[in-house]
Amino acid sequence: MASAMLSFASAAASASASLPVHENLKGKTKIGSVNFGSSVQERNPFGKTKHFGRVSMTVAVNVSRFEGITMAPPDPILGVSEAFKADTDEKKLNLGVGAYRTEELQPYVLKVVKKAENLMLERGENKEYLPIEGLAAFNKATAELLFGAENPVIKQQRVATVQGLSGTGSLRLAAALIERYFPGAKVLISSPTWGNHKNIFNDARVQWSEYRYYDPKTVGLDFDGMIADIKAAPEGSFILLHGCAHNPTGIDPTPEQWEKIADVIQEKNHIPFFDVAYQGFASGSLDADAASVRLLSARGMELLVAQSYSKNLGLYAERIGAINVVCSSADAATRVKSQLKRLARPMYSNPPVHGAKIVANIVGDPALFNEWKAEMEMMAGRIKNVRQKLYDSLSAKDKSGKDWSFILKQIGMFSFTGLSKTQSENMTKKWHVHITKDGRISVARLSSAKCEYLADAILDSYHNVGLPEIGQQ
Amino acid sequence: MNPRDSSLSPSPSDRRLSALARHLISPSEAGSRGGADVISRSLASSYSLAGGDSVFSHVSRAPEDPILGVTVAFNKDPSPVKLNLGVGAYRTEEGKPLVLNVVRWAEQQLINDRTRVKEYLPIVGLAEFNKLSAKLIFGADSPAILENRVTTVQCLSGTGSLRVGGEFLARHYHQHTIYIPKPTWGNHPKVFTLAGLSVKYYRYYDPATRGLDFQGLLEDLGSAPLGAVVLLHACAHNPTGVDPTLQQWEQIRQLMRSRKLLPFFDSAYQGFASGSLDADAQSIRSFVADGGECLVAQSYAKNMGLYGERVGALSVVCRTADVAGRVESQLKLVIRPMYSNPPIHGASIVAAILRDREMYNEWTIELKAMADRIISMRHQLFDALRGRGTPGDWSHIIKQIGMFTFTGLNSQQVAFMTKEYHIYMTSDGRISMAGLSSRTVPHLVDAIHAAVARAV
Repeated sequence: MASAMLSFASAAASASASLPVHENLKGKTKIGSVNFGSSVQERNPFGKTKHFGRVSMTVAVNVSRFEGITMAPPDPILGVSEAFKADTDEKKLNLGVGAYRTEELQPYVLKVVKKAENLMLERGENKEYLPIEGLAAFNKATAELLFGAENPVIKQQRVATVQGLSGTGSLRLAAALIERYFPGAKVLISSPTWGNHKNIFNDARVQWSEYRYYDPKTVGLDFDGMIADIKAAPEGSFILLHGCAHNPTGIDPTPEQWEKIADVIQEKNHIPFFDVAYQGFASGSLDADAASVRLLSARGMELLVAQSYSKNLGLYAERIGAINVVCSSADAATRVKSQLKRLARPMYSNPPVHGAKIVANIVGDPALFNEWKAEMEMMAGRIKNVRQKLYDSLSAKDKSGKDWSFILKQIGMFSFTGLSKTQSENMTKKWHVHITKDGRISVARLSSAKCEYLADAILDSYHNVGLPEIGQQ
Repeated sequence: MNPRDSSLSPSPSDRRLSALARHLISPSEAGSRGGADVISRSLASSYSLAGGDSVFSHVSRAPEDPILGVTVAFNKDPSPVKLNLGVGAYRTEEGKPLVLNVVRWAEQQLINDRTRVKEYLPIVGLAEFNKLSAKLIFGADSPAILENRVTTVQCLSGTGSLRVGGEFLARHYHQHTIYIPKPTWGNHPKVFTLAGLSVKYYRYYDPATRGLDFQGLLEDLGSAPLGAVVLLHACAHNPTGVDPTLQQWEQIRQLMRSRKLLPFFDSAYQGFASGSLDADAQSIRSFVADGGECLVAQSYAKNMGLYGERVGALSVVCRTADVAGRVESQLKLVIRPMYSNPPIHGASIVAAILRDREMYNEWTIELKAMADRIISMRHQLFDALRGRGTPGDWSHIIKQIGMFTFTGLNSQQVAFMTKEYHIYMTSDGRISMAGLSSRTVPHLVDAIHAAVARAV
């Protein structure tokens, strides 16, 4: 009998599917008749008794439990793509999200990735759960890629490596570790930094503060400010450093500056926390782009490194990365790894297998590995060419004598143009060039063919709109 | 230790000492400055920051996860007769993991499609996957779907969906207590606690009957604070395999609606329990049919065999489309700082299968075959235990449903079975029927028989 009631209910409910619930508040009712069955129908002033054939149920047409929830604003970075999609102008350019485009402005799946996926399908591998810490072959490969297979930290098994959900997920695991084991510790992040860093630490309930980084006067590094702020931080703070290709500015310290950064970090017993999202993608060389990480680990420091394969292997949507914790002993690394697992399990249990296998297959096969390096050099090379083209266009068109060479000095996917918020908005509104409000452009999404148009947009925005505000982000 | 300006954060050595102090001194002392100082003074002399000291020295080794740790232990065992009845992952009659034919078919399709790229998915995941998942669980003609009152976001399988839902509730729902059944999947309390909810239990399993403690359940939900969140296993309760009847579900629904308790369904076995996708969704659909709100976490780990791909979805059924839109925007704020956007591969496979009539049918056939094999294992185990004359009533083996059987064996019996018979299972007596085959049933029966027969 109960099941008959239920099937009545669901059948009747579908029959009246065209009536949105909220419209019922206006009092449309009844096909009505017999009140059939169960007793627990509350007399609810907000309720409306709907009669479906022979079954009556109180459809509690009262207010939603989530009524008070406000509409959240769109993500400042990912929201740019949404705005771009909605833009109908044919000249529109999307220079927002950091996803590489070919000269034809098409997304790029690396050939070596396609080869790896074909191999995986041919082999008919299974889809069993990975261990909580991820695919062992991937973890081994990723640590060796980062530190070098002969690095003492690897040989001495002092690195705890756990596969994470790309860069974001790996940073989040590290943040959770900091929250649990270093309560009260602060993370220092560069000013500016990738927009999502703050959100990650906020949600992980880890305090953060900023160290000076970008100097708008030089459109370069405020090195003295950086050192002073790191020095002034409470002893034992975590210092978030971009391993290479700083996002959003594209401005990296020189090797000499890295030495000094290492000095002050050691002096204050701080813990370096690297975000490495562009290894190989910045200069074209995997080793060169890992130099900063290797320099600090060679000093014997314990440090954290979040890695991502979104850009350098074009595996954006596969969410593949890792958190590495270099410890002073193998025993500490074992313990730290076990605690990272304990944080991952209630978040997503174990990480996705597909991207991990792609990376492991490529890095593990010398032929594929070499192919990868070649494709990565090609991508990094295209970006360098585009920077050159943009610089040439700007210099040729701009008669003001402004020095645009920072475009060539900056490295990686992004360029910090120095445009203010209002100027950036002008880029979008007038020129249909979609960029984030901090004046960051994704040169990886730019083609040589569009450099002239972009130069016009930048020059117009820079010279004719508002005043460039010092320190404006 | 160095006197510290109270406006500065503690030094690393202070932090380590506080952590040590918490472990070493009594709770009454732990809160006081004095307690920490005592430890500080006595350790200061032997404590040095220099010379290889680690900032992680206070980090202890976590024990293996109790469920996944079973497989770790199993892998280490060299015995040729070892049996892994721990993790809920399906095995064929030959004891092998299974990738469904239709999944391979879908993967081939994906590889052959030259237009496919690996660009970031939106924060909420693959749109088509979300739509199809909602239709699968709620029914394509569900009023909630037709009225646009459901927001569905792709998440990392069941766990990820539960975690995102929990975090959302902790931020936006007025009641921060979630009631979970006793017992429940071992990871549930951790997921919800870390999400920011406080966890309470409602009675569920009755060891005396090895069935549902329905009275206890009604009493406990009846005395829960108004508006509390209640976790419900949509079907194939994990670990017990004990599900309410349709009549009991109806009573649960009425009780919950009358107390405005917010249902949060965990649906990890749709189609896998009875073999019918619709039947296994009936509990959820009856709640949605009454027009009320609920959350649903869906997993494709078992029913599509996509375990390692981490595919799932969180749906929030709301009263109005407007609320659903706002809820979705807030779900994005939970997801972005956790992992930015979800992985594409598994969701693409699911979408390919659900959208294609032929593939969908193929899937339902393979799904029913898995469910049928498990049901057959239940009968084989039951018949074998009866045939052996093993003391006790073992009928719960065929009454329970889904991947798991709550045998009723205690932890000492389990330990005995592991040690002497190399049977790997969780210490609560849960066995994964999916890990059994006709070939291995006799060995399991030997083990159970020996465990029950010995004087414990």
